[in-house]
Amino acid sequence: MSDLLVSMAGIDKSFPGVRALEQCRFELRAGEVHALVGENGAGKSTLMKVLAGVYASDAGRILFQGAEVEITSPRAAQKLGISMIHQELNLMPHLTVAQNIFIGREPRAALGCFLDERALNDNAQALLARLGLALEARTRVSDLTVAKQQMVEIAKALSYDSKVLIMDEPTAALTGAEIADLFRIIRELRDKGVGVVHISHRLEELPLVADRITVLRDGRHVETLNSPDSTREQLIRLMVGRTIYEGAPEGPALSAGDVILEVRKLRRGRILRDVSFRARRGEIIGFAGLVGAGRTEVARAIFGADPVDSGEIRVRGKKVRIRSPHDAVQHGIAYLSEDRKRFGLNLGMDVETNIVLATFRRFLRRLGWVDSEKTRATAQHYVQMLRIRTPSLRERVKNLSGGNQQKVVIAKWLAADAEILIFDEPTRGIDVGAKSEIYGLLSDLSRQGKAIIMISSELPEILRMSHRIIVMCEGRITGELASGATQEQIMRYATERSEPTRASAGGASATSASA
Amino acid sequence: MNDSSAHARKPAAGQSLLRSNAVQTLLAFGALIVLVVGFSIASPNFLQFDNIVGILLATTVNGVLGLGVTFVIISGGIDLSIGTVMTLSAVMTGVFVTNWQLPLPIGILAGVLTGAAAGFVNGVVIAKLKVPSFIATLGMLNVAKGLALVISGLRPIYFNDTPAFNDLAMGSAFGAIIPGFDVPNLVLILFGAAIIASLVLKRTILGRYTFAIGSNEEATRLSGVAVDRWKTVTYAVCGLFSGLAGVLIAARLNSAQPSLGLGYELDAIAAAVIGGTSLSGGEGTILGTVIGAFIISILTNGLRILSVPQEWQTVVTGSIVVLAVYLDVVRRRRREQA
Repeated sequence: MSDLLVSMAGIDKSFPGVRALEQCRFELRAGEVHALVGENGAGKSTLMKVLAGVYASDAGRILFQGAEVEITSPRAAQKLGISMIHQELNLMPHLTVAQNIFIGREPRAALGCFLDERALNDNAQALLARLGLALEARTRVSDLTVAKQQMVEIAKALSYDSKVLIMDEPTAALTGAEIADLFRIIRELRDKGVGVVHISHRLEELPLVADRITVLRDGRHVETLNSPDSTREQLIRLMVGRTIYEGAPEGPALSAGDVILEVRKLRRGRILRDVSFRARRGEIIGFAGLVGAGRTEVARAIFGADPVDSGEIRVRGKKVRIRSPHDAVQHGIAYLSEDRKRFGLNLGMDVETNIVLATFRRFLRRLGWVDSEKTRATAQHYVQMLRIRTPSLRERVKNLSGGNQQKVVIAKWLAADAEILIFDEPTRGIDVGAKSEIYGLLSDLSRQGKAIIMISSELPEILRMSHRIIVMCEGRITGELASGATQEQIMRYATERSEPTRASAGGASATSASA
Repeated sequence: MNDSSAHARKPAAGQSLLRSNAVQTLLAFGALIVLVVGFSIASPNFLQFDNIVGILLATTVNGVLGLGVTFVIISGGIDLSIGTVMTLSAVMTGVFVTNWQLPLPIGILAGVLTGAAAGFVNGVVIAKLKVPSFIATLGMLNVAKGLALVISGLRPIYFNDTPAFNDLAMGSAFGAIIPGFDVPNLVLILFGAAIIASLVLKRTILGRYTFAIGSNEEATRLSGVAVDRWKTVTYAVCGLFSGLAGVLIAARLNSAQPSLGLGYELDAIAAAVIGGTSLSGGEGTILGTVIGAFIISILTNGLRILSVPQEWQTVVTGSIVVLAVYLDVVRRRRREQA
């Protein structure tokens, strides 16, 4: 039990503008399931990608079975016996299960270039049987459910005789029964001496599968606990930490008016489940939740970018049909995407053009001539109003800073008379100074009677700006909090799963979601 | 918003049917039968032996080009240069055989390898230099076209000194065995090449990685496959088939025509697509491509017999290609929603 398989120490890793890992450490024993938890961006995946050879660390050392190793590529990791199953599955959907498992290591027949398909299928079937996986080697992967595809990934990982198996959020897309199945397989692997790293957002499932739990925060190791000794409250406290509190929230005073947007029972498969809420004029609603909770999907559904199965949207009290972003814009709804470079701006065009682009028709004179005086005046108006720092209206948007680019997007939607503004991660990739300016802008807009929905993964930002906080988990709204809530409260709702794995757990879920 | 959900959810039974690749091949085969039956009812001349031989002959060059480009398309790429690389290979065969007087087998081999070399260059530019395949092969299209013109001095190169060359293509091994059944050797070569291509695609490492790269290139790379190298090989194989097509067309015409070749690439790509090869990669069969090539030549032939002007023939084939791609798009969209 105590023989040490992996020991990582002093790991640093930076990406442009982000310090992902700082003097991080981690240990894994043979025959244990070690859970790795933390908030969004705490560095869990990054740390494991360093171990799996996907990223090279800037500093630090890794000991594998007592010897220092350098893991320079996924191939090198595999040779040591370290396999990682990534969050987004890495399979070839057009190939069969067997072909996927042995890709790159196909048994050869005559001449060394022909495939021995029979041996391939036999080997795969034998491997699947040994692992107790109910899969048929000849099935095409695209015909399998996500859960089964994940099992193919597990089989593939273990076919390298892995001593270490890293799973990044393996349960995120699975149902309760599928999760129980996965945990059974994980426990069997553990009993065979494999060291399993289980990255998870689902705190309540940890007692079912984990032997030890390591908490990361802001790229640092916080604590490693024995799973039976830990409680969910304790883990949340460790994940959030005490240090982030930066004084009282300073959101704008609420001057809410009438309900302008009402969403009723929005449904889309397992992605959105009965999402209902209202937004008033002058209100800033913060949407909090972990990655994959369905916040962006709610926004896209309201904006008509994704189809929904059922549900109703009312704008200014009237039921409306939104089947495309064009419809949404007509109703005064704007969506400011998280990825503004791809969806929000034409980077190569100038500030003026970007601002008037969504409403170009208004600036046309007879015969389709553009009234350039009017476009200039309009653009000038918003540049002043939003204090967009640009040398001129003719400056290309790509030369502006992130914060000013974000303002150009806002100007575009204001020019289009948007009254319901959905901001998806409005301050991502924006430096601290520009952030507070964006916050000021959001406050101004709310004072002008716009309804603002702000999706953010940064809890301090949510707490600081929102009049009301809606927390989502697994496509469902799990809680609503008034301003003045705490990070712990949000995290509790954000990890509140519906009856997931408890059925298979019996009495093991001592740390239930009752709080 | 309720009725949009009707679009999102399709009945599951239809999906699994539409999903299988075999169905697309079957569909193409059905279309082929319909065309044959339709044209033979419309014109008594259609099923004449000479006309059938004409169709078979017309299919060979396009078919061989289609075989090669099927590899590239399955790997998720495209090769627009196959037509003019074919021309360049034909011209080089003329240079080797007529101008340099090399022995015929060596001249033929060198001609085929000319195509492979051009394909190899495509592969290196695409896999190593990361130039998108559309642009890289568009460049090669012009390079090969220009080289063919420069090398030949704008004039056809004839093979009058080597009658065996033309005999190789237009003679009939069949006719020697079964008198009166004079199917030219070219047709045999097409089917031979198709069988080899099919074996390579289905049974060899190269074929497996071609599918894997087209299905999910990044996953293939993460699995430790040397993706760049195999991509290069794929384009080289495509070039090899273009080279073969060049030799065949030269042998058939008994001359290397330097101004021929442009436009052949589109017919070959069309053959592959009609046969069910997905332009988004990961899917396709050699049988489908051969059927696709026959559909195109039967259409052209049948419309000509019915005295439809040639201009309209291209309108029809063009529309059919768009239809085939549309079917592919529909199938993919349904699968994504599954």
